[in-house]
Amino acid sequence: MELFIQQLLNGLTVGSVYSLVALGLTLVYGILHIPNFAHGALYMMGGYVTLTAMTKAGLPYGLAIVVSMVAVGLLGVLMERLVFYPLRDAPPLHDKIAAIGILLFLEAFAQFIWGADYQTMPTPYGNVVTVFGLTLTIQRILIIASTVVIMILLYLFLKKTFIGASIIAMAQNREGANLVGINTNKVAMMTFLLSGGLAALAASLASPINLVFPGMGHLVILKAFVIIILGGMGSIPGAIVGGYILGFSESLGATYVSNDYKDIIAFAILVIILTVKPNGLFAKEGH
Amino acid sequence: MAAFEKRRLWLAVLAALALAFPLLVTNGYYLHMMTISFIWMIAVYGLNLFAGYTGYLSLAHAGFFAIGAYTLGILTVKVGLPFWGAFVLSAIFTSLLGLVIGLVALRTKEHFFAIYTLCVGYIIYLVIDKWDSLTGGVRGFIGIPAPADIGPLSFQTPVAQYYLVLFFLCAVMFVMYRLVYSLTGRTYIAIRNSEELALTLGISTMKNKLTSFVLSVFFTSLAGALYASFIRFLGPDIAYVTVMFDFLTYLLVGGIGTLAGPVVGTLLITFLSQQLQFLQDYRMLIFGPVLTLLIIFYPHGIAGGFIRLSAKRKETRRLQEEAKQTAAELAVSRQGRSERHVEEG
Repeated sequence: MELFIQQLLNGLTVGSVYSLVALGLTLVYGILHIPNFAHGALYMMGGYVTLTAMTKAGLPYGLAIVVSMVAVGLLGVLMERLVFYPLRDAPPLHDKIAAIGILLFLEAFAQFIWGADYQTMPTPYGNVVTVFGLTLTIQRILIIASTVVIMILLYLFLKKTFIGASIIAMAQNREGANLVGINTNKVAMMTFLLSGGLAALAASLASPINLVFPGMGHLVILKAFVIIILGGMGSIPGAIVGGYILGFSESLGATYVSNDYKDIIAFAILVIILTVKPNGLFAKEGH
Repeated sequence: MAAFEKRRLWLAVLAALALAFPLLVTNGYYLHMMTISFIWMIAVYGLNLFAGYTGYLSLAHAGFFAIGAYTLGILTVKVGLPFWGAFVLSAIFTSLLGLVIGLVALRTKEHFFAIYTLCVGYIIYLVIDKWDSLTGGVRGFIGIPAPADIGPLSFQTPVAQYYLVLFFLCAVMFVMYRLVYSLTGRTYIAIRNSEELALTLGISTMKNKLTSFVLSVFFTSLAGALYASFIRFLGPDIAYVTVMFDFLTYLLVGGIGTLAGPVVGTLLITFLSQQLQFLQDYRMLIFGPVLTLLIIFYPHGIAGGFIRLSAKRKETRRLQEEAKQTAAELAVSRQGRSERHVEEG
């Protein structure tokens, strides 16, 4: 029973990270209808920027995360301006390939600047606490807590501010949003800023318990795709719920099925879902 | 007809060059590189048939390439089948697998299809990587035999292997050529251009997409089996997404949806990669942006751009000739009219 609860907590940690990544991905999909394959590279860049800000510039962990969120957010905006905006009228094959090009570039770039080695990110929250017989590092608690805070902030931003409302409006109907005078360009840029920031935050939180390396985004982005298909492409609550479902099934699967094959679980889920429902769960009709 | 003759001439020159290559270049390294790039070309033709002509981006093809390679390895080394039997079986097995995956994957559309196949590709990679007892896992798979002799033909030397791979490449190109200019090929293009319209015209899109997918898997697995018998060592890396991206780059640089594209792109990129040896791991610093810039500014690639250019030139020439003809006709009719005037007068 203790093992089970421990694994649930692990699932909560992993699920939090997945949710943050999937949120950024689903926001961009909702607005532009492109699966941003380069999102995993943004995640990876987030990890490296935080690491560099901490080790080279000597910033404290929290501040380094903020720097990284801004930097990667701007990188996302740059990506939208330079690549996805010029491709807005191109056939769907094109923006997928362009995103793959960005992914390749950013990975090679990271390897060029920071090397191919696995690096560890120091954390001031490394100590272990024992609560009700469960051992937990503070870092894990931090991941769960800050994810919840960020999700609430994001919710308030989307529901209570004008720019948030325009993001939702544009996700619902691009032409309609344009007609009522929403600057779709600005909204697209804002969305990429958010998406990059969320990816950077997720990477910065997860890196102390994982590692930082150029390929760290691969599995995460694939799982984020699984999550947004699970939760409905473009759906924000779907991304959150999907992230936790995947987190739980993975940590429980690793314990009770096989640790070696735990990564396959996510893809097996996806393959099963798309086999049964080719347009994803909760597909919007008539789109 | 003149254009056709010219193209034939070009093809003859290219074929002669390819045949004479081992005689002209005695450097073993270049021969090796050439053979490898021929193998890539076969795989890229597979991708081209499906992405370029049918319009679906499959990101699982590196996985099929690896399955073709590993099946050959397992059948020859572990099962002990004779080489050519294993060769044929590996292509059949991979195509059957492609049929099963295609049946499911093709129910999804556009983005979902790309994501689905990306995940299938990743599953294939993970299975190869983790299934130690069958595939050798991360340590790799060794001891794959070189192609066995066929009667008096022996494939033990690099030159003989070069010709063997060249033979398969030519066969694949021939099949592609016949396919693209057949009704089936035209059907694929119709599906690429508008699936709804194709459906309305009474085309069974599912059946056509499936045959196109299975054929493209067949080509790619053929390349995989050739790769295994040529390199004779396999690691799970050949199933990884980076290989997939290499294929895509070759295809896009050369020209997606063209017959010459895979050859042009693969040769150019492998040649450039050799020139950029000092970059090695960082070559994607250049090829990543190249891929992105190409798709934004020059989505037809080298061969596609060339075809467009020559089509435009032909059109201008045709228009000019037409204008000349009309001018001449006008002159004739005007002359006739003035003659009539004279008679009436």
